[in-house]
Amino acid sequence: MPGYNSANRTVTSFESTDAAMLATGAHDRDMNSAASSRGSNDDAAPPTASPPQTNRFIAGFLAALARLLSGFSVRWIDSQPDTCQRVYFANHTSHLDPLVLWAALPSEVRALTRPVAAHDYWIKTWLRRYIARKVFDALLIDRENVTVKNNPIRMMLEAIGTTNSLIVFPEGHRNTADELDEFKSGLYYLAKKRPDLELIPVYIDNVNRVLPRGEFLPVPLLSCITFGAPMWLEVKEPKDSFLKRARDAVIRLREMDREE
Amino acid sequence: MSDPLTRTWLLVGGVLAVLAVTTAVGQYLRARAERGGLNPSVVNDFNLRIRAWWLMSSVLAAAFLFPLWVTVLIFGLISFWSLREFITLTPTRPGDHRALFWVFFIITPAQFVLVGMGSQMYGVYSVLIPVYAFLFIPVRVAFSGDAKRFLERTAKIQAGLMICVYCLSHAPALMSLDIPGFRSPWDRARLLFFFVVIAQFGDVMQYFWQRMAGRRIIAPTINPNRTWESFLGTLGSCSLLGAALYWATPFGPLEAVGMSAVIALMGFAGGMTMSAIKRDRGVKDYGTLVTGHGGVLDRIDSICFAAPVFFHFTRLLHAEW
Repeated sequence: MPGYNSANRTVTSFESTDAAMLATGAHDRDMNSAASSRGSNDDAAPPTASPPQTNRFIAGFLAALARLLSGFSVRWIDSQPDTCQRVYFANHTSHLDPLVLWAALPSEVRALTRPVAAHDYWIKTWLRRYIARKVFDALLIDRENVTVKNNPIRMMLEAIGTTNSLIVFPEGHRNTADELDEFKSGLYYLAKKRPDLELIPVYIDNVNRVLPRGEFLPVPLLSCITFGAPMWLEVKEPKDSFLKRARDAVIRLREMDREE
Repeated sequence: MSDPLTRTWLLVGGVLAVLAVTTAVGQYLRARAERGGLNPSVVNDFNLRIRAWWLMSSVLAAAFLFPLWVTVLIFGLISFWSLREFITLTPTRPGDHRALFWVFFIITPAQFVLVGMGSQMYGVYSVLIPVYAFLFIPVRVAFSGDAKRFLERTAKIQAGLMICVYCLSHAPALMSLDIPGFRSPWDRARLLFFFVVIAQFGDVMQYFWQRMAGRRIIAPTINPNRTWESFLGTLGSCSLLGAALYWATPFGPLEAVGMSAVIALMGFAGGMTMSAIKRDRGVKDYGTLVTGHGGVLDRIDSICFAAPVFFHFTRLLHAEW
């Protein structure tokens, strides 16, 4: 089972002082099942802040709505849904992507998984703010002025803590072309700081037709979400080759999608 | 047999019996396929069709038990889903998005609301899509300003709307036909039931005769499973079933044979046409297009093509209008 051996690989640069520092982030949720599966995190400082008040009922409703609208089917290829700490990285073509990917996860995994999304988009209206904060507890990244304080990597590390998982779109923007863009380096730095995280490639197919760029009304076509086998940053792996490997993993899922 | 209620129960009971027999045959064929000798995928297809038939029959129970609008709603949902499969398979461009929104959320519901309002709206629902939507879609696409493959894109959306929505909506519309001496809710539901049973039976028979006697393929590049033998076999079996069920319909025995043959012919034509579309797009089934989905369009293509023709024949020959 390729999905479950990640703890054994947590060997090289992971230090408990890092874990202690990260665990002081405000979003640790006390999920025993997730924490106990990761032995190396057990000595981290206990979470200090209370869990954010997300609305489970609305979350379930919204996930069902997303499923209905985008008609997605979910496939796991060489991996399984799991509450262990993961970073899901996917191609990005539509504003619906974070919602759809998040909805494709089983609800107990969903409760631990936070999408990383663009601050400028998700604070624009009351509804978006509500969804981002109360439903999927999104981590909003400022794309325009990056300062030391809102450094995306630091924010992601804080958000992931010792129990959470993240959904990231390493292309950094919605891509309308047929080819995937080069990945931004955030995924690499995240993996370098936390080599224990399972990195799961995800290919999202056809959601760009459900809600294309610049549109606000969805058209209910059918889409497909494919989760691939977990990968990790290899010891001393250079940034560019890691990012290329990650991008190729997503592209490979797309090729599988088209072959069938 | 003159009591509509008795006739209805006889029809439902008879159909259940035929279903039970075909299900048994399907299981027998599967057992033989497992021992080798038969093509498992053909047998599997046969069994899938029987399962769809069971499903359709249970859906149609709604026609007997609930008012017209419930049946219309169920067909509306089937329509919506098959249109979804059709458009997903069809390449569209971002410029089509607004037109598609109209197609899914305004034109499709409007068609079924009009059908649900009964036969007095026939003059409206019979032209809403072939005239008004036909004109509206290219206009809406043109306004979004993308000329690339314009005619092809609009034609595909129009075809999807015609096949999945307009044609299929004629199935529940059968229940609103005003036929003298055939006006009780039981009678009306039975006409729809008769139609769906013959069409689905044709689907099953096509596979059966293909397996038993298929030799001369009609068009190998379109569908190697459709032969002249299976075509004639389907026509013959459906006519026989139609004759056996004539007492359930407003038709005489000979007329019932003719009507059943028409349904079988159109059903076969529908399967053939949808195969051509699928071949062009390089998929075998709409169901495999997106993994995990059932492929509703694969199961109802015969009903889509047969419904408007059966509707009009019945209307012209029997209904008051």
